[in-house]
Amino acid sequence: MVTIADYAGLRPAWCPGCGDFGILTAMKRALVELGLEPHQVLLVSGIGQAGKLPHYLRGNIFNSLHGRPVPPAVAAKIANPELTVIAISGDGDAYGEDGNHFLHSVRRNHQITYLVHDNQVYGLTKGQTSPTSDPGFVTRTTPQGAPLPINPIALAIAADVSFAARAFAGDIEHLTQMLKLGIKHRGFALIDILQPCPSFNFKNTYAWYRERVYKLGDDYDPTNKIAAFQKAQEWDDKIPIGVLYRKERPTFEDQLPALKAGPLVKQKLDPRPVESILSEFM
Amino acid sequence: MPAEMNFMIGGEAGQGVQSIGFLLSKAFARGGHHIFADQDYESRIRGGHSFFRVRVKDKPVYAIVEPVDMLLALNKETIDLHLKELTPKGIIIYDGEKIKLPNSDSKLFSVPLEKLVEEAGGKIMSNTVALGAALGLIKYDFELLAKLLREHFGRKGDIAEANVKAAKAGFDYAGKEFTGDFPHHLSPIGDGKRLLLNGTDAVSLGALAAGCKFVSAYPMTPTTPIMEYIASKSKDFNVVVVHAEDEIAAMNMAVGAGYVGVRAMTATSGSGFCLMVEGLGLAGITETPIVVVEGQRPGPAVGLPTRTEQGDLEFILYAHHGEFPRSVLTPATIEDCFWQTAKAFNLAEKYQTPAIVIIDHHLATAYNTVEIPDISKITIERGEIFTDAMGDPAQYKRHKVTASGVSPRALPGLGKALVVTDCDEHSEAGHLTESAEDRTQQVSKRLRKMDGLRNEIAPPRRYGPETAETTLIGWGSTYGALSETVDILRQDKVDINLLHFNEIWPFPADAAMAALSASKKVYDVESNATAQLAHILRAETGKKVDGKILRFDGRPITPAFIIEQMRKEGYL
Repeated sequence: MVTIADYAGLRPAWCPGCGDFGILTAMKRALVELGLEPHQVLLVSGIGQAGKLPHYLRGNIFNSLHGRPVPPAVAAKIANPELTVIAISGDGDAYGEDGNHFLHSVRRNHQITYLVHDNQVYGLTKGQTSPTSDPGFVTRTTPQGAPLPINPIALAIAADVSFAARAFAGDIEHLTQMLKLGIKHRGFALIDILQPCPSFNFKNTYAWYRERVYKLGDDYDPTNKIAAFQKAQEWDDKIPIGVLYRKERPTFEDQLPALKAGPLVKQKLDPRPVESILSEFM
Repeated sequence: MPAEMNFMIGGEAGQGVQSIGFLLSKAFARGGHHIFADQDYESRIRGGHSFFRVRVKDKPVYAIVEPVDMLLALNKETIDLHLKELTPKGIIIYDGEKIKLPNSDSKLFSVPLEKLVEEAGGKIMSNTVALGAALGLIKYDFELLAKLLREHFGRKGDIAEANVKAAKAGFDYAGKEFTGDFPHHLSPIGDGKRLLLNGTDAVSLGALAAGCKFVSAYPMTPTTPIMEYIASKSKDFNVVVVHAEDEIAAMNMAVGAGYVGVRAMTATSGSGFCLMVEGLGLAGITETPIVVVEGQRPGPAVGLPTRTEQGDLEFILYAHHGEFPRSVLTPATIEDCFWQTAKAFNLAEKYQTPAIVIIDHHLATAYNTVEIPDISKITIERGEIFTDAMGDPAQYKRHKVTASGVSPRALPGLGKALVVTDCDEHSEAGHLTESAEDRTQQVSKRLRKMDGLRNEIAPPRRYGPETAETTLIGWGSTYGALSETVDILRQDKVDINLLHFNEIWPFPADAAMAALSASKKVYDVESNATAQLAHILRAETGKKVDGKILRFDGRPITPAFIIEQMRKEGYL
């Protein structure tokens, strides 16, 4: 039986009070509760404080470039669909540099889970505006205040994401539930995690989020696209957390004939079948 | 019977220049002739001017030449532009009812292409009639063409028969109406058991033979046909092709698939490779095997998108910041494209680092007859792979420091060993580190792989006698033109040979120096403006070339071009 201890990785180098600690705790719980062993899991991350998370866990780890966790993650899933593939990113990583990969991977519906540690600020480079910073957020790179932010959930819904949830790093139990739902989901699952940054974001603090977040109830229908899009617009006074949108549709991997014979990585390499196609060129 | 004949088909994009050029090549290939054919076209789908040259010979042939024996002109512009390339006894087939020319000329043979098409049933293209007329004029075997047309248009039965009828009308018209003097008559000379491949076909077949299971790419001339062909074989070969959102994704996907343990490849052109360079370094530091095919075209930026150049060599050798090992292969011929693509997968996996195959637009799009490859000669060498049976998986370290620099590679999920790697500098265990000791050890370990790779790289290929007073050097697609230049000049009693690099990195410096030691003069011939091979040769060996012949107008280098330039520069 896999236990929390099996997921004890290196000692985190995050700032005290960082929201990432809550995410780390919830990740361990979710993986253990799903009965996944570290060798069955592939954690692909980008660059930023979020990108370090895999090192503080255990598993197969591919710590990739800034803004590029998604392309290697989707390819890894195609190469070996038996792996549980989780991509881990921050708001700058995911919604800035990774923007194009994010949109197209949502569109193709690869079966991976995408965790975005969304602290609305750049932490590793010490406090610049991020794609999700609230409007008017003043930083050294935006002394005039940040322009309008990206709304990640609305963006994902517009691209017909298969699963979009929001969670809060300060509510570990709910976050664990969201992670479990996302990892089990068949298709691209986005989990945008509100993550306070005590070092560089003095606006969106634990207290600020706690005053605003509320859990979506049983009366909310996450399969209604228009309603989900409307729900995704809520922000300043009340911020919904939970599964905002869900749409069952075939995954990219489901549609690949080459995977019918089993994982690509388990297939024998044999040059001889090429002989049978040479006649096409005669 | 002449040993050789040169055809040119010219017209605007959309007139079927490419398709009859290809069918003509195939008709001769099946008749046992050797073919070298190339294409010249503009970056447009309709209009403009394009041409297709087919060189037919009774001996192996690897280059194109300028003189044209028969010109199939589908429009007037083709005659205006190419009349000067016609040989003294050359002939032009054109539709005199459509193309009005001021003077009659014995070189002109009018075939009423459109009229014959209408008689054959319309709805097909007059280029088929021209194709038939060309073969009629040289008295080739019509049945061979008829069979080819039926196969080519096979899926559309009526259309196939209409095409055969149209081709026959052209064939008969030429046989009956031509009264001039055209000395070339060709007949099939053998059973034609050779492949007619272009460079992208050969790369694709090489990748499939090597067990490539994953291709991520973004369409770009001239390598798009690689992803298209391999995608068409997805089911039969259990290979996945992902049409990525951009080249950045294509490269990073290939790296992800390579990390998990499948043979992965991407293919692009120079400007696509620019976007891939970030991910190339990711493969370098994470020690991930990947194969990259780079089809050069004239740059910078978009440059001349449908033309050829060898301008990316030094870019590819040093692409990405920092230092890491890589191997670079530079196929000389279309046959080389097959073998070297297959070899690249072995190099990538044995040394766990990128292997890059450089081709160019000319090699990618030219057709050549190639002997049927002996597939049993392809070996699959996957390098050192760690399995749980080989040691305690809990102690496994992905980037273990070894004497060879190669750390046994575990494949994630296939055992209990956790495969940890990082694009940050990392410890042996793969976790990010700032330690000076780890950094020094890991950089040194990665670069030690160059020592092993150095032994894998073939020495440069010599053509002509072992030693000669004058040696030409070149790399990649210019081999055909260079070797033929040596043949022509040796017939003229010039003491000359060729040293050609088709595997270029790690640079085979010792072999190059040994091969050049007896040469009094060394001339560098390249399709670029800055003589990149000469620069590398000097950097790696200290040897300075005595002269340079460079072509960078986007057109393929030819024997006539090289000899003319050698004369002009006083090298002959």
